[in-house]
Parts: sequence; structure tokens; C-alpha cells
Amino acid sequence: MKTGMLKISPGFEDIMPPEYRELVDNGPYGKNYGIGDLGSYKELLEEHPLCAGCGLALSLRLTLASLPMPEDTVIVGSTGCSALAFPQVALHNIHSLFGNQNAVASGLKRALKLRFPDKEKDVVVIAGDGATADIGLDMVMQSWLRREKITTIMLDNEAYANTGGQESGMSMQGAVLNMAPTGKKFPKLSLPEIAQTCGCAYVAAASPAKPKQLAKVVRRAILVAREIGPTYVQLYSPCPTNYKFNPKETVSLIKQREKDGLYQSKEYISQEAKAFLESIEVKK
Amino acid sequence: MIDQKIVDPDYLLFEAPRTSEYITGSEAVREAIKRANVDMAIAYPITPQSESMHLVGDIYAQGYVKEYFRGENEFAVMSSVAGASMAGVRVFTATGGPGTMRAFEVFPTWAGARLPIVCAFMTRGVNSPLTIQPDTIEMAYLLETGILMLHAENSQDLHDMLLMAFMVAEKTDVHIPVGVFADGFFVTHTRDKVNMLPEDCKLPSYDPYSAPVPVMDMENVPVRQMRDPFVMKSNFISYAAHASWQQEIDAAAERSRKYLNHYLGGLIDVEHEDADIFIATSGTAVSQSREAIAIAREEGINVGLIKIKSIRPFPREEICALASRAKGIIVPEFNRVGWLAKEICNVIDEPRKVVRGPRVFGGMTMPPELILAEIRRIHQ
Ligand SMILES: Cc1ncc(C[n+]2csc(CCOP(=O)(O)OP(=O)(O)O)c2C)c(N)n1
Repeated sequence: MKTGMLKISPGFEDIMPPEYRELVDNGPYGKNYGIGDLGSYKELLEEHPLCAGCGLALSLRLTLASLPMPEDTVIVGSTGCSALAFPQVALHNIHSLFGNQNAVASGLKRALKLRFPDKEKDVVVIAGDGATADIGLDMVMQSWLRREKITTIMLDNEAYANTGGQESGMSMQGAVLNMAPTGKKFPKLSLPEIAQTCGCAYVAAASPAKPKQLAKVVRRAILVAREIGPTYVQLYSPCPTNYKFNPKETVSLIKQREKDGLYQSKEYISQEAKAFLESIEVKK
Repeated sequence: MIDQKIVDPDYLLFEAPRTSEYITGSEAVREAIKRANVDMAIAYPITPQSESMHLVGDIYAQGYVKEYFRGENEFAVMSSVAGASMAGVRVFTATGGPGTMRAFEVFPTWAGARLPIVCAFMTRGVNSPLTIQPDTIEMAYLLETGILMLHAENSQDLHDMLLMAFMVAEKTDVHIPVGVFADGFFVTHTRDKVNMLPEDCKLPSYDPYSAPVPVMDMENVPVRQMRDPFVMKSNFISYAAHASWQQEIDAAAERSRKYLNHYLGGLIDVEHEDADIFIATSGTAVSQSREAIAIAREEGINVGLIKIKSIRPFPREEICALASRAKGIIVPEFNRVGWLAKEICNVIDEPRKVVRGPRVFGGMTMPPELILAEIRRIHQ
């Protein structure tokens, strides 16, 4: 995007919606802001219609604030709670269907490469655990196997939240959820391992309880996808509504889970990605 | 790869010198796509379509198409095609029968997202018990997806319709997908004389900024803040937004009429306009009907042909006018449900005039005698 294009035509300033004006004046496009600058500029997420204490909303806000190049990023989402938040995001974002996000992103990324061969356009998939690990798993894995240069971010709330709290492939074994009335019968899927096996050059698990770490892995994932190949980030984002905990305890619950060994942050970097990241991170 | 120059679509389709070749329907697809200036094609095999996308792969290898890959299944392919189209390139794919059904959730979203995708549907029975035979039943399911639907009688139609499909789909006031339907095997695997266009010419490129919705490239302002009242919000504004959007897709299909009339020379072709009895049909059933008509006319029966080229938009006025003067309308079809007969009954004043058949399905060919028997019956 040529950020100059964003300027409001003279004379129209006062009739543009205030949040648009604010975005043009103080938005993050072309400014290389990060989460450290949060609060000092107009964010990409205007507001969100999700539940109080929603871990996913927090992850989404931090993820958007970590985009290395928001002015040239297109987000592909999927049906689920996050789909309700995306209408408030000031980026081109595609709500496709439930589960086909990585297939849409494959076509999108290749087409953007055709149209802008000399320019970077980041395609970032952001979808729920049901969309990523269940209904869309085929397409997620196949996009990795084909080495599509896209970043896949899972907002892992360990359930289908939007349809009222059913078990997903990412729910813990034994969890009693709708459609798992006697407890889930098989363990949480280890998608980071699968991602690694399927050829992701960079894989990480993080959570919004450690914002700086989240910001770092999102940024790394996007930069590696741009240069090398597919990348995967899993963000543990608990759901107070369906897991029935107090909305103000979302972050402390993540910390407790980490202490109990039930959630671990992880990072896997391929040799090629390591060399690349060293080359750009040292330069700074 | 031959150097190709961009030419005016009207020149290419109507004026350019044609050379006749004896080729299959699948090869006609290759020849059309070679001249269509397609940026990207995505493929998944299914009989009887596979060969077409093999051949598109060949011309990708030669440089006529810029990007090509095999997706993981039809739902994924139709999704990838959507992504590519949203990013602003001209994109083509083809499928048929069970592949069409597997991808079904995506088709209405193509139309809803105003994507000018062109897809060839090589029709085939939808399964159990398993069949790979031709059958146009899948068209019945696609009628209300918002996709424009053209039905080819033969390889020549298939070739020409594919090229014009891109031009119609991409008009700013249309900008919805076009499906070009060809009866599996009868067209795809049959060799026929096709009058082809010069190889060194191609259609003008797609301009993504002609789209009535923003192309998803973060280059156009204002950036898509999807602030439209989201449909899941239960309030009057969201209901109204969604309802009017559906009507807008319908209206876009209506606006395609003028372009289709131009390119197709009318949504229908009529032979023996003054006939007492008409056979109204589409696809390869048209060819069988021609045979029956020739015999009946020798017997002195004034029977005519209505070849329906566009199923969506449906040529309701055209058919209505012809029907009002006729004694009967026979609708032969290659499917069990008789969707075309239903369509015709829906638009004419006296549906009782319609003979809903003969129908063959499960891959059988249509004996012209069946059609002839109906003609003689009405004549008496
Ligand atoms: C084909 C299809 N099947 C089912 C649904 C219903 N559905 C909507 S959202 C959803 C669950 C989403 O779960 P997840 O991806 O984990 O996202 P979350 O809501 O937890 O954010 C389901 C099953 C659908 N939209 N489409």
C-alpha cells in the first residue's frame, strides 16, 4: 500500500467517520509500531463484540499490533468467534467459510505474488482451533505440504466457542463439553509437531499471558513465511464463557496451566529460518 | 509458447479468421483457455473433467497460464480459486458431478463475494451406486447459487462460451461467476469439428479495480473495514443488509442479459419460429432433438427447436413468447428430475402445454425415436 493513498481528500475531513480520521492520522500503517507502542496510536482492532475476558480477543489484539507490515497484510479468517471481531479490523480481511481458510489463503497469496512480484504482501490466516485442527485440518496440512508462503495462527480456546461450547480436537482429554457429555475421549492434538513434520519452517506456541513473547513469535512467523515457507503459531486463548471461569481470570488461568505443565510455550526454527532470523535480527 | 497480442474481444469472437480442427471437447477447453489470458488455474481430477485440466496444465507449462497447481480436493480448490479471484487475478477451474457436490458450500459464496470466476462443469451423475456416466442432474442443484449458467451443445459452444464467459463475468455491473456446462463424455470425449481462433491472439487482461467490491490487496482505499452490519447481529439493519445483498446478486445476473445477448446472439436459438410444436432443450439433448425434428418435418409436421443456451439468467420472455403460439412444448432431458421442464413450466402462461420428457439418465443416450414419439402424439 502506498500509505499516501490513505489521505482524506481535502474538504472531506469533517464528514469522514472519526475512527477513520483517527486511523489516517494516528494509525500504524507504515510506522513499524509494535505492542510496546500500544495505547499510543490508533489500533487496527476498533473494538470487539466478543465476551468479557475473551482470551481470543486479547490474542487477536496483540497479534494485530505485532504485524510487521499491516499496510500490506491481508488476513484470512474462518467462521467462529473471531469472525465476529474481524468486521472491526482495519485491514483487508476475508471471512471465507468454516475450515477453508488455508485453501483461500493459498490462492490469495499466489495471486498477490503474480500481481505484485516485486513487493511483499503478507497473508496471515487467523482462525479457531476447530477451523484449524478439525474441519480444516486437511487444508491446513496441505497448504504446509505445498510450502505455501503463509502464516497460520490458531486461536486455541480448546473448544468450538461460537456454536456453544462443543469439544474440539484441541480440547484436553476428559474435558466435559457439549457433545462430549461423558468427557473427551482422546488427547489434545499436537499440531505444532504436525506442523514441523509437514514442513513449517517456523512453529511456535505462545499465549497472551506473555505479550512480548507473543509479539516476537508472530513477527518471526510472518517474516519467515515471507522469505522461506509456511509457518505456524498456536496461541492459547482460554474461553471464560464456555469453560465457565471468571472473565477477569483469563490471564491467571493461563499462568496456572503453565505452572501445572498443562500448557507450554514452544519454538521450533528450521536451520534455514534460523540463519534468516539471525541475519535480520542482528542488523537491528 | 507463441507470442500473443491482446485484441478486442469482439474481434476475437466475431471477426478473427477461424481454422477448423477435429478435436475433443477437452481439447476445445485447452484452446479456449490458451486464448483467454488466464492468470491462474487450479485443478482437481474427476472423470470426465480430468483431461481438460491436464491440458490446461500443459499450456501452463508452455507459459500461456502464469500459475497452476493441483489442490487437495474440490472444496479446497473452489476455495483457493476464490482466494485468487479476491486477490484480483483471472482464474479458471473445472470439475463435474461428485466434485461439484463436494465443493457445494463454496459456490454461493463466489456469487456473494462478486467473484468473476469461470468454471467449466463437465456434468456427470452424482453417486450411489457409483457412476461415471453423463447426467445433468447436478445442474438442478446449481440453479439458485447465484452463478450464471451457460449450457454448451458441443465442443464449439464450449470453446466459445468459455471465452465469452470471462468477458461477461468481469463486467463491472455483473461481476459474478459464470459456469459453462458441457455434458460429460458426449462433449468432453467426443471428437468434433471446432472452428478455432488465431493462436497469436488473446483477450484483454482482467482489471481488478473494475470490481464493484474492493479487491483484497491492501492497495485500494478505503481499506476494507468490514463495518457492514454483520448478518449474525440480530437487528433490522443487518437483516435488511443481507436481504438487499441477495437481491443485488440477482440483479447482477439480470444485468448480464445484455452482454450475453451480445456474445451468444440471444439466450436462445430458434429454428422454425412459426412451428406448432417446439422442442425446448439444452446441451447435447439439442443435437438429438435436431434428428427427431428432421424426421418429423419430412412427415409434414411443423415442429421447431428452441435451443436454450443460458440457463441463468433464464430466457423467460423469449420462451414465453414462443410458447404462447405453440400447441405443445417437448422438453427432452439428460436427467431424472426434469429440472429444465420445471423451469419452463414456471415461466410460461400455460404449463399444461409442456411435455416433461422424454428423460434419460444414468449415462444413456437419447434415442431420437423417443422425442419423435412425443412429437407425433401432440400432432394428432
Ligand atoms: C460447514 C459448517 N459446519 C458447521 C458450522 C457451524 N460452526 C460455526 S463456528 C463453529 C465452531 C468454531 O470453532 P473454532 O474454530 O474453534 O472457533 P471459536 O468459535 O472457538 O473461536 C461451528 C461448528 C459452520 N459454520 N459451517
